[in-house]
Amino acid sequence: MPTEEIIEILLMYLKAFAVGGAICVIAQIIINITSLTSGKILVFFMLAGVVLTALGLYQPLVEFAGAGATVPISGFGYLLANGAIKGAEKGFFYAVTGSLSAASAGVTAAVVFSLIMSLIFHSKTKRN
Amino acid sequence: MKKGNTLFFKTRPRIRSYAAICGSKEREGVIGEYADITLSDDMYGESTYEKAECKMLSNAISLAVEKGALTDGDIDVMLSGDLLNQIISASFAARDFQFPFLGLYSACSTMSESMLLAAALIGGGFARNCVAATGSHFASAERQYRYPLELGCTRPPQSQWTVTGAGACVISADVGDIAILNATLGRVRDWGVSDVNNMGAAMAPAAADTLIRHFKDTGEQPSDFDMIVTGDLGALGSRILKDLMWEKGYDISPNHVDCGEMIYKVIEDEFQGGSGAGCSAVVMNSYIFTKMSAGLYKRVLFAATGALLSTVSSGQGESIPCISHAVELLSLSNGNGAAP
Amino acid sequence: MTGKNAQNCNTNYLRYVRALDPPTKHFKNCLSAFGVGGLICTIGQFLRYMLGFAGLSGDELAGAVSVILIFFGCLLTGLGVYDRIGRHAGAGSIVPITGFANSVASPALEFRTEGYIYGTAAKMFTVAGAIIVYGVFSGVIVGIIYYFI
Repeated sequence: MPTEEIIEILLMYLKAFAVGGAICVIAQIIINITSLTSGKILVFFMLAGVVLTALGLYQPLVEFAGAGATVPISGFGYLLANGAIKGAEKGFFYAVTGSLSAASAGVTAAVVFSLIMSLIFHSKTKRN
Repeated sequence: MKKGNTLFFKTRPRIRSYAAICGSKEREGVIGEYADITLSDDMYGESTYEKAECKMLSNAISLAVEKGALTDGDIDVMLSGDLLNQIISASFAARDFQFPFLGLYSACSTMSESMLLAAALIGGGFARNCVAATGSHFASAERQYRYPLELGCTRPPQSQWTVTGAGACVISADVGDIAILNATLGRVRDWGVSDVNNMGAAMAPAAADTLIRHFKDTGEQPSDFDMIVTGDLGALGSRILKDLMWEKGYDISPNHVDCGEMIYKVIEDEFQGGSGAGCSAVVMNSYIFTKMSAGLYKRVLFAATGALLSTVSSGQGESIPCISHAVELLSLSNGNGAAP
Repeated sequence: MTGKNAQNCNTNYLRYVRALDPPTKHFKNCLSAFGVGGLICTIGQFLRYMLGFAGLSGDELAGAVSVILIFFGCLLTGLGVYDRIGRHAGAGSIVPITGFANSVASPALEFRTEGYIYGTAAKMFTVAGAIIVYGVFSGVIVGIIYYFI
C-alpha cells in the first residue's frame, strides 16, 4: 500500500476520533451544567442531527469525519433526515416514510439484539 | 403523657432483641461484624431482587423473634413497611408469620415510626411484644425510583446509595437492656428542594424540625446525649442539618452521627453515603443496639428521616416533602456487660 | 409548587443548598467523554474500512457499521459492563449509537422478571421510545418540507 494512502487512513481515524470526541464533550458540558438525564441528551442530540442535516450543515461534517459524525446519535438524526430528503425527491409517500426506512437497520438491530440479550442475561446489582 | 408532639412512655418499653441482615457492599463497612447475617450474593438465592428484599426482611424478623426467646404466638403485632410500591416486601414477609400485621409507609424513616408506634401500643397496654422492622434493596429501589440497573448513566455527586439490608427489633413491655423513654412525632416539611438526587438537602429541614421540637418538649440539650443518630441524610445533608440546628441555638456537631454517612467504609468522594429504609434499620439493629446493650452508649436520640416522594410526583415537577420521627433510647445496662 | 404550598418554598434555603453542591469535575469529565466517545467513533471508522474492503458501500455500509456497534452495545449491556463504562465516561458512552443500544437493552433486561410481553417487550422503549418518536416525527416534517420546496 502506498504511504500516502496509509497516511490518509490514519488521518481519517484521527478526524473520526476528534470529531466524535468533540460531539461527546459538547454533550458532557451540557450534562455538567444542566444535569439532564441520558434520555433527554439522546433526544436533543438526535434532533440536532435532524435539524443540521435539513439545513445542509451535517453532510459536510460526515464527509469530513466519516464515522466521527455518523456514530454519535446525531448521526442517527442525520440518517433520518437524509432518508426523508432523498424520499422527497421520489414523491410525497416516500417523503413521509423515507426517514424511518433509512433508520430501520439501527432500530431493528437494537430491538432484536436487546431481546436476545434479555433471554441470555440478567441485570446485575451494582457495588459501586 | 404527651407534651407538644412528644409522647412520654411511663412504662419504659424495652428493646428485647434485634437482628439485622445486610448485603455484600454493606458488610465491608463498620456494620459488617455486627450484623447477624451478611449476604455474599445480593440475590439471596431468589429469582428477583424484590423477592430477595422480602426474604431479607422475613429472615430478620424471625431472627429477632428467635433471639428474644419468643415464638410467633407471643408477638401481638408486627409493624413494618418498605420502599416498594404498595409496601410489598413488608406485607409479603408478613405472610410468613402467624401474628397480625400493620403496614406502614414512611419511606426511609419507617424504622423510627415503627419503633414509636410499637412503644405507644405497649405503653398504652394494648400489646406486650411488638415487632418493628424494615428493609430495602439497592437493585429494587434503583429500578423503581431511578433507571434500569444496566443503563450507562452518570451518578451526580450529590446522590446517595440505597442500602441493601433489613433490620428488625422486638419491643417488649418488660424484658430488655434498652428502654424507649419518649418519642417525637414528625411533621412533614417541604422547603422546596425538588432535586431527587439531593435527598440530604430535602430531608435536613424535617430532621431539624423534629430534633428542635424534641429538645423543646423534653427540656433536654444536645449535650445530654451520647449520640444523636439521624437516618440517611448523607454527608451533605448532615452538614446542612448541623447548620440548621446551630442557627436555632443547638450545637449537635460533637455527638451527631448519620447512619448513611457511617454505613460504608469508604465514602467514595463523589457520593454522599447510604440511604433507604434499610440504612437506619441495619445500623440501629446491629451496631448501635449492640453498643447500647453493652452500656457503651447510655443515651441515644434516633431520628430517621424519610423523603415522601414518588416517581409520579417528581415527574410532575413537585418538590420533595420529608418527615422525621425521633425516638429517645436509654441503655439500662450498667456498662460491665460485654467488652466493647 | 402551587397554591398553599408556595409559601413553604424557601428561596434562601435553596440558594444555600445550591452553594453546598459538590463541585463537578468539568475537566476530568470532559476528558473521559472525549476519549471514550472518540474511541467508539474510531472503532466505527475501522469497521467502515473493514466492511469497505469486504465490498459494502453507501447505505449498506453505514447500516452494517451501526448494526455491529449496536450489537456490541447490547452485548456489553448484557454482560453488565456498559454501565460501568458509562459511570466514568459520561456522555462519551451515552451519545454514540452504542448508548442508544444500551438504552434499549437495559430496560429489556431489567423488566424481564415481569414477563416477556409486558416486561421485556413493553418496557424496552421506556428510554429509547422518545428517540424514535421524535426522530420519526422530525424526519416526517423534514420530508414534507423538502417535498414542497
